[in-house]
Amino acid sequence: MMDTIFALATAPGKAGVAVVRVSGPSAFVACVHIAGSVPKPRHASLRRLSDLDGDTLDEALVLVFQAGHSFTGEDVVEFQCHGSVAITSAILRALGELPGLRMAEPGEFTRRALENGRLDLTQVEGLADLIESETEMQRKQAQRLLEGAIGEKAETWRRDLIRAAALLEAVIDFADEDVPEDVSDEVLALTEKSRLGISQELRGIDAAERVRTGFEVAIVGAPNVGKSTLLNALAGRDAAITSEYAGTTRDVIEVRMDLGGLPVTVLDTAGLRETEDHVEGIGIARARERAQAADLRIFLTDGEAPDLAPAPGDIVIQAKADLRGSGVSGKTGQGVEQLVSEITDRLQDQAAHAGLASRERHRLALAQAISGLQAAETHVRIGAEQYDLGAEELRNVVRALESLVGRIDVENLLDEIFASFCLGK
Amino acid sequence: MKHFDFDVVVVGGGHAGVDAAHASARMGARTALVTLKRESIGVMSCNPAIGGLGKGHLVREIDALDGVMGRVADKAGIQFRLLNRRKGPAVQGPRAQSDRKIYRAEMLAEMESQPNLSIIEGEVTDFIMDGARVDGVLLADESAIRAKSTVLTTGTFLRGVIHIGDLSYSGGRMGDKPSVRLAERIDSFGLPLGRLKTGTPPRLDGRTIDWDKLEKQPGDDDPVMFSFMSKAPFVRQVSCGITHTNEKTHDIIRKNLERSAMYGGHIEGVGPRYCPSIEDKVVRFADKTSHQIFLEPESLDDHTVYPNGISTSLPEDVQSDYVRSIYALENAVILQPGYAIEYDYVDPRALDLRLSLRDVGGLFLAGQINGTTGYEEAAAQGVVAGLNAAAEAMDRDPITFSRAESYIGVMVDDLTTRGVTEPYRMFTSRAEFRLSLRADNADQRLTPKGLAIGCVGEGRRRLFEGKIERLSSARTRLEAQSFTPRQIAELGLKVNQDGARRNGFEILAFPEMSFEQATRLDGTLSDIDEETRRQLERDALYANYIERQNRDVAAMKRDEQQVIPQSFSFDAIEGLSNELKGKLNAARPGNLAQAARIDGMTPAALTLILARLRRESREKTA
Repeated sequence: MMDTIFALATAPGKAGVAVVRVSGPSAFVACVHIAGSVPKPRHASLRRLSDLDGDTLDEALVLVFQAGHSFTGEDVVEFQCHGSVAITSAILRALGELPGLRMAEPGEFTRRALENGRLDLTQVEGLADLIESETEMQRKQAQRLLEGAIGEKAETWRRDLIRAAALLEAVIDFADEDVPEDVSDEVLALTEKSRLGISQELRGIDAAERVRTGFEVAIVGAPNVGKSTLLNALAGRDAAITSEYAGTTRDVIEVRMDLGGLPVTVLDTAGLRETEDHVEGIGIARARERAQAADLRIFLTDGEAPDLAPAPGDIVIQAKADLRGSGVSGKTGQGVEQLVSEITDRLQDQAAHAGLASRERHRLALAQAISGLQAAETHVRIGAEQYDLGAEELRNVVRALESLVGRIDVENLLDEIFASFCLGK
Repeated sequence: MKHFDFDVVVVGGGHAGVDAAHASARMGARTALVTLKRESIGVMSCNPAIGGLGKGHLVREIDALDGVMGRVADKAGIQFRLLNRRKGPAVQGPRAQSDRKIYRAEMLAEMESQPNLSIIEGEVTDFIMDGARVDGVLLADESAIRAKSTVLTTGTFLRGVIHIGDLSYSGGRMGDKPSVRLAERIDSFGLPLGRLKTGTPPRLDGRTIDWDKLEKQPGDDDPVMFSFMSKAPFVRQVSCGITHTNEKTHDIIRKNLERSAMYGGHIEGVGPRYCPSIEDKVVRFADKTSHQIFLEPESLDDHTVYPNGISTSLPEDVQSDYVRSIYALENAVILQPGYAIEYDYVDPRALDLRLSLRDVGGLFLAGQINGTTGYEEAAAQGVVAGLNAAAEAMDRDPITFSRAESYIGVMVDDLTTRGVTEPYRMFTSRAEFRLSLRADNADQRLTPKGLAIGCVGEGRRRLFEGKIERLSSARTRLEAQSFTPRQIAELGLKVNQDGARRNGFEILAFPEMSFEQATRLDGTLSDIDEETRRQLERDALYANYIERQNRDVAAMKRDEQQVIPQSFSFDAIEGLSNELKGKLNAARPGNLAQAARIDGMTPAALTLILARLRRESREKTA
């Protein structure tokens, strides 16, 4: 049977109305759980939404479409609720707790529509752009996660899970060779460590629901084009050292600020140019990496184009408006206000397009990982006779955590096995 | 109208060749097996054993399709052991030491008695080409064998070089000559090639081993056979001996390292990490003071012994020195020195799921030439290539195997989408659906498929149908009755007192529950036979997990049905990154499920591919 999938169908962030869409064979069952009953198909009905404990989530319009008469071709339910982050995330969470339901992958509704022949050719043509942006966002999210505070933990979990799974697999697959017969203690030490770490992280996510890490905006441009001066103008203080000499900013300077109500970290990057200077070269490489990972780039141009290409949605603006008449000038403040509103507009737009979905997705992944680890531990504690089941549970844990720790392939396990044991008769 | 002598010609009489030729003949295709020497059919050039973990699973699957390896291994088996006997049934793998001579003789007998199958002695020197299509083979005596499909199973013959210390000479396995013209022809196809190496230990004269001093490893008391058709061993059973290397052995090896072909820089091919030479073991695990060696008799009426664990490319005199430093081998005489062999393999990503080359029509490859190692891996590929060579010759649909249904499917998929970086060997950990792909249910998984495609004979059909009938009627009886938690607890099982009744099969799923205990709940069950009881226990044990996996299986099968045609262009898809396009072009996945397994693939990118597929199929029908 197909999974039933759900996701926020409208742009996240504050809005009048937000739509949570559910599609798949259990969509109507989910509707009964959340909205009490299934309204007449294709008629908007007002319903009280509640979670599994019966606590009210929202009053919302509920629309259902039967298989064959919906966007995806499957049974579809749409909850048109109030557009607050708290409400939509509560609804998503409640749906995630229902059996057979899971968060949709990016593009998955579209994919189902395709599979069920519900999209016409012109719609398919337009898919590429949509999917490209989703992929890009996903990539960035993962990158940010791995670079941020959770990155180090995820790396430790990854190492520990590979080691634990490799120990079990070694005992299973090399039984007639020189490997230990009982690895339960070592495996349990590793899984317990991960499990406690993951539990802690899970509690953290709940508590920090509203504390956003903020957006990163990078200022990019050739050396001496006025990036640092612009940063100072945005921040209202001398954050970056500015000088007349090209190549002064040798690394990445970060300034956190509030831009139009959004928490934003502005990055002043070393000027992008060919250089002989080794230290400056390192600065430029770092600058390029950080700039590429940022949510938005402001390209300050001074005639010549930098060798980093702007991505769709980036801002390209003429530098030194005080000399050239148009564009922006950090020195005189000309154009800064317009630039700030342009930045906030674009960030609002991106908003947590990612944010909310990713948080909820991660929360579900972590919760699933914990229950998988507990199940694995039960089997491993019993001993080698149930290592096959323990390994199966660990495999599921890894799959749940893939968005955080990356994919753990059987080759990773084999690498660990061959590095640890002298095998081969 | 072309004239063909045969539907299928199979080149090579090794493990891939025999199962390929036999499978093709079972399909009803007129098949020729071309081999250098009739008596080298089914020769075991490495260790005298069949099966093991993952490998034993493959043998069972070959057998379930009525292939030959399992039957012959049973007849030649002189020591049977079920590995992981005390672990879950999903990871238990049958293994047996084989008598080389019996194996060869029985294999030849199987080949000779199979209808539609002709054995031709000769050296294949070239293909008969018709444009980019292979139409059979030419032999050294200038005779031609025209066939609609050709299966090449020539192992290490492509630029094979044997190394013993600083001596090296070209050759296939010891004593065989390499075929230069055929290799040049294959070069002309412009296939992606890589270089691998593998090694063997010196063979010892068993009469010079001090057996009395040795620890013995006997076979199992209740031997488990490979074939679903066999009941018990056919010949006398023996034990293997166990000894160990020691510090002195390691010293000798360390002192002579630069004389090893490996460490002297004569070898560039990549060797398998799971089968390192003794030089490798001593260097890479320097802190280990001893390594285990199994002394495996090669035959009941021959004295050759295979010391498993000390393969090497050291010079002969050093081999003798280190062997004699080992306990109970102080006077051992070497009958044939160990050697390393380097060879070219064809990057298997050039093959489709039928093991047919994408760019050369009519040519199938199976076995070591595809970068694998092991008799079982070779034979399993032989089955796939043989079935499909026959299907193609007879204008029938391709016969493919899914990862969800078999280890064969796992292997073919791994090879054709991921390629290899070291000789590919099967492990149970490669199968994500390991709990359902068990050695014990290989017949339930594959025999119906074999019957449908027509490669399973009448004898096996009757046996299989009888077994399935017993199993399903017993299962129905178990499921027909349900019991209260209280009744279950009375059997000594820990069960939630939730008031929910559980049926007999569900009760059997408790790990500590045996069928015999279930008969205490319902005495009438005691007429169910032993084999059925054990099989139901195994099926029940994993039932919950398998149910959970079924959703994944279903999703994968759906994706497998989204076939990506040969002509499909990934480059034309807008929105796919260049990196991903590069990977897709290298692997050329045959369906969406294969595409999904490519490293770095995202759900979004898959949707793009699917959209493109949809568009193309609509344009075609429009």
